[in-house]
Amino acid sequence: MASTARVPQHTGSMAHAVAMLRRLPLNTAVVGITILWTVPTIGVLISSFRPPELVSTTGWWTALQPPFVFTLENYRRVLSTNNMGQSFVNSLLLTIPATVVPILIAAFAAYAFAWMEFPGRTVLFLTVVGLLVVPLQITLIPVLRLFTELGLTGTLPAIWLAHTGYGLPLAIYLLRNFFGSLPKEMLEAAAVDGASPVVTFFRVVLPTSIPALASLAIFQFLWVWNDLLVALVYLGGSPSVAPMTVTVSNLVNSLGQNWQLLTAAAFLSMAVPMVLFLSLQGYFVRGILAGSVKG
Amino acid sequence: MERVLQAVIVAIGIPAATAGFIVLGERCLALLPGRSSNALRPWLWLTPGLAFLLTFLLYPSVDTLVLSFRDARSTMWVGLQNYRVIFTDAAFLTALRNNAIWVVAFPAATVLLGIAIAILVDRVRYENTAKALIFLPMAISFVGAGVIWRFMYDYRPPPLPQTGTLNAFLTWAIPGFQPQAWLVNNPPLNNLALIAAAVWLWTGFCMVVISASLKGIPVELFEAARVDGASEVQVLRHVVLPSLSSTVAVVLTTMIIFALKAFDIVYVMTNGNFDTEVIANRMYKELFNVRDFGRASAIAIVLLAAIVPVMLLNIRRFRQQEETR
Repeated sequence: MASTARVPQHTGSMAHAVAMLRRLPLNTAVVGITILWTVPTIGVLISSFRPPELVSTTGWWTALQPPFVFTLENYRRVLSTNNMGQSFVNSLLLTIPATVVPILIAAFAAYAFAWMEFPGRTVLFLTVVGLLVVPLQITLIPVLRLFTELGLTGTLPAIWLAHTGYGLPLAIYLLRNFFGSLPKEMLEAAAVDGASPVVTFFRVVLPTSIPALASLAIFQFLWVWNDLLVALVYLGGSPSVAPMTVTVSNLVNSLGQNWQLLTAAAFLSMAVPMVLFLSLQGYFVRGILAGSVKG
Repeated sequence: MERVLQAVIVAIGIPAATAGFIVLGERCLALLPGRSSNALRPWLWLTPGLAFLLTFLLYPSVDTLVLSFRDARSTMWVGLQNYRVIFTDAAFLTALRNNAIWVVAFPAATVLLGIAIAILVDRVRYENTAKALIFLPMAISFVGAGVIWRFMYDYRPPPLPQTGTLNAFLTWAIPGFQPQAWLVNNPPLNNLALIAAAVWLWTGFCMVVISASLKGIPVELFEAARVDGASEVQVLRHVVLPSLSSTVAVVLTTMIIFALKAFDIVYVMTNGNFDTEVIANRMYKELFNVRDFGRASAIAIVLLAAIVPVMLLNIRRFRQQEETR
């Protein structure tokens, strides 16, 4: 009995080993690609914790073996002397209103596009679809002139207004598609119960659309937080209002080979979006899948 | 402190004011007879959005077109002069050539890698981890990526030790390899070094979209093909790739638009030096270094013209989608 039982077990582990071997190229490829994609970020992260004399003489990978010499000095320095602390606050002040405002304005418009009949609806919505890919370079000069006339250049309201405008096409597009897919019966039931359009919108449509609104909010937050061009053009590089993207891009020129400081600054600017992204990845993916027409 | 207050007021106040506008508008509509209130209602809800679209996208586009026919200070009409100047300007022609390289290399690399990775990770158990790590750069700004990749490409003249990852790895792996100043040497090929950084950022996007579409292929299709004795390669060719084609088309257009608009990564990594100029960076320089609104506008119009075909394609695709809805 014992010997007959061992035979299938033996072929079983053989088959297992063969299967493993057959999957080896696949696993090597996947693990290899994943490492390749992670190494650039890891290198920067490790370098940001290394003392300057080591960063300038040895590669970041040497930090992975003893003696382990790490320091927080680089972060302290960029936060205090390279304006990164102020820029962090600026980035937050700039991004939060520029995320909230366009979403609500877009939701009103999307509600009209999805559930109301009016002449020109198709043409107007096709215009929105067209605007999804318009390069914002085309708008820079007239908007800059407008802001200059209003005395808004170099101020946060300029950025809030501009990002609201630029974020609307995608927001309207996504929300209109989402609102449009809500069951008709639900909205009709609300109307039969005597709910006005305002009540239906705030009590029925918005609460059921929270996942879509969340995807959109992450999208817009990342887009505004990571933006360089809009901030560069309308804020004009004044350090008191510069967000982290602008400050880091200036440091690239002024710090040159001081990699320990540059990497610390870059990592500070990446921390918030990375945390947000990792914790809310599901919403982000959903947003991408719904809006992959956007350029 | 004052600015914090300002930000809070805006983040809460403007949405509240907009909501107030809608509520108040609805009150007014309620006073009107049913027919006219129904006719006016959509416009009430659309007004804030349309006002922003008009002010920040539609009107500026038209104005830029007008400015492109005027002089540097927008005081005089100059006809096609700006276009004549930019199309004979060596820096702009370099930018055009480089954007052509971007438009071919960037979408090809991101989409092919996206398809390959999506298919590969679909077959391993740690799929979600691998995908998350490849997708993570999407959260990083181009500025951040610019620093990351400048560090990857860092070069020190030998015999100094190479501390840039790429040069260190290649000198270690290939005996006798001479370290390269990747961003400076061999134009126009150094453009590929910039494109690689952008590919690193955006492959995750392509992979995620294509992977979702891959998972949407009905299992019966695979089973039917295997029952018919199709090999893995045949399944890939005749089942998987055809089912992905419409998704790939969407992703490809997104990547092409991106390649045409490429700005931040070039601005941060080389600022267009060493023959790596692109259209968007050229426009920025005309606007802020040269301060020539006419030429900057003309460049913006060239950029828009390159994107218009894609825009029309999107509109057509959208209409088809709506018809089959």
